[in-house]
Amino acid sequence: MTLSLAEQTLAPHRARPWRRRAAGLFSSPGNALVSLVVAALLALGVWWFLRWAIVDAAWTGGAEACKTHAGACWPFIWTNWRLMAFGVYPQEVMWRPAISLALMVGVIGLSMAPRFWGWPLIVAWVATPAAVCALLGGGLGLRPVSTNDWGGLPLTLLVWMIAFAGAFVFAVPLALARRSKMGGLRVASIIVIELVRGAPMLVALYVSRFIVPMMAPAFDVNLFVSVEAALILFVASYLAEIIRAGLQSLPSGQAEAAHALGLSGWRTIQLVLLPQALRAVIPALVNLGIGVLLSTPLVAVIGMTDFLSAVKEAASHEQEWPGCYTIAYFVAGAVFFSVCFTVSRYSRWLERRLRASGHA
Amino acid sequence: MTQTQAAERRAHASNPPAIEFVGVDKWYGAHHALRDIYLTVDSGERVVVCGPSGSGKSTLIRCVNRLEEHQRGAIWVNGVELTHSLKQTDRVRQDVGMVFQQFNLFPHLTVLQNCTLAPIWGRNVARAEAEETALALLDKVRIADQAHKFPNQLSGGQQQRVAIARALCMKPKIMLFDEPTSALDPEMVKEVLDTMTALAGEGMTMMVVTHEMGFARRVADRVVFMDEGEIVEIGEPEAFFKAPRQERTQQFLSQLLH
Repeated sequence: MTLSLAEQTLAPHRARPWRRRAAGLFSSPGNALVSLVVAALLALGVWWFLRWAIVDAAWTGGAEACKTHAGACWPFIWTNWRLMAFGVYPQEVMWRPAISLALMVGVIGLSMAPRFWGWPLIVAWVATPAAVCALLGGGLGLRPVSTNDWGGLPLTLLVWMIAFAGAFVFAVPLALARRSKMGGLRVASIIVIELVRGAPMLVALYVSRFIVPMMAPAFDVNLFVSVEAALILFVASYLAEIIRAGLQSLPSGQAEAAHALGLSGWRTIQLVLLPQALRAVIPALVNLGIGVLLSTPLVAVIGMTDFLSAVKEAASHEQEWPGCYTIAYFVAGAVFFSVCFTVSRYSRWLERRLRASGHA
Repeated sequence: MTQTQAAERRAHASNPPAIEFVGVDKWYGAHHALRDIYLTVDSGERVVVCGPSGSGKSTLIRCVNRLEEHQRGAIWVNGVELTHSLKQTDRVRQDVGMVFQQFNLFPHLTVLQNCTLAPIWGRNVARAEAEETALALLDKVRIADQAHKFPNQLSGGQQQRVAIARALCMKPKIMLFDEPTSALDPEMVKEVLDTMTALAGEGMTMMVVTHEMGFARRVADRVVFMDEGEIVEIGEPEAFFKAPRQERTQQFLSQLLH
């Protein structure tokens, strides 16, 4: 489950013309045979899927319609999408998670455009999770809703956003400390990074939720806070290594030029080294982002109703809706896939763009 | 001159020399990179440092703004001694500009941003003022029309001229050049040397590590020849090139001519 985090390799692909890609498919009788078999299997798979998702599917009606159709049970989605998307959040104030979701998607979308990279974006990444917490939890005169009732997509995205933004706060000092000339600082940073990276995310969640409050009752905080604490530390240790790699990829002349210009050590890091280091590791950052997003369902294990467990919750009416598990998990998978696929396409586009403009 | 004599002279001088090396030694591990260096560069003087590769000439110039630390002796720049004190190092760097062999422009910033970064963030100059200064200096190195491009979009010669303008934006009293034309294609060497010659004409104190002997002849007040971490010979260009006194200098010059 946490494998996605460990597999940090991401080989950049070059788009090739179709002809060159097709060239090897029929170059010998053996190759032709393999190609035909694979094509037949693919066609069969696509046909099965289309038959399930469209031809044999129930599109309208209720649970009754699903009993007479062998395919996908779309009415289940029409009826239960609120529960799947927002969990058990009170129905009458559903606009709050809806706006939260839109807000976060908007800010993440803006973050993807290089023209918005700068201080305002950093402010937005601090302000948005705060605003969403207020919106969901009931600040500013809104009716309070316990964090236990937060759920679904907004919760998944909020957990992800705070984990990633919070991780940056710790990852940058950790990465710098690991490159520091001061031995004590370096060793401390290495210990933290390697300890956290050496344990599965699930362990981090358990330690934060159960072990820490047992050892130190003062840290018996609510579920949401302990989940975020674990995730931030976990993501930060991976992020620190990525940032360190980025810093190491820079030629020493960059820091020398900045020093020669009289910039202080901190200004050099902030204005010259970090901006370049982060650009250099964008593919790895995106990879980590996807990995963390795909690992968020783990928070369900310690009792959080994230998107996937909201879907599971909705699909638990098996008797009423025959076969609803299939459609529910199909939709959940499609949501995760479309997010991750979009993001990975974005990463490739961004790399090309940065290279073209002479940034990278 | 002993260290005490040098210190006394400095104490009495109203105009301290721009750069002064007093018995400086530097090691990289076991390698003795600078050996007992004594060198004084006066304000407004142009000194060219030459020598075979590995002779310590880059190390020497990099000690002036403490990109390298020396282990023995003293280095004074405009009356400020370079020590472990960050404050003093910072004071020296405010007065000393540097141009590198590999340009070392910041690739993520435009030409103009390269030039305004240090004035704005290191010296609290207002953005508008910093940009005005930068554009004037970019104009002086004849590259103002490229101000909004990124460094990688420029040729090597253009990049090096930007690097010179960037250093000048801090209004330095001393300019260090560390093999500024060595990474350039031959047809671009002249544009950079012309820029440096113009700068010398304005009375800038310059210390230049270079293999361009034509430049040394035309521009230098003195030429320093180094070999194996030592200063072998210092002379005025005319005498240095026509009648070098040391055998090692003669060897080096004969290799250059062939």
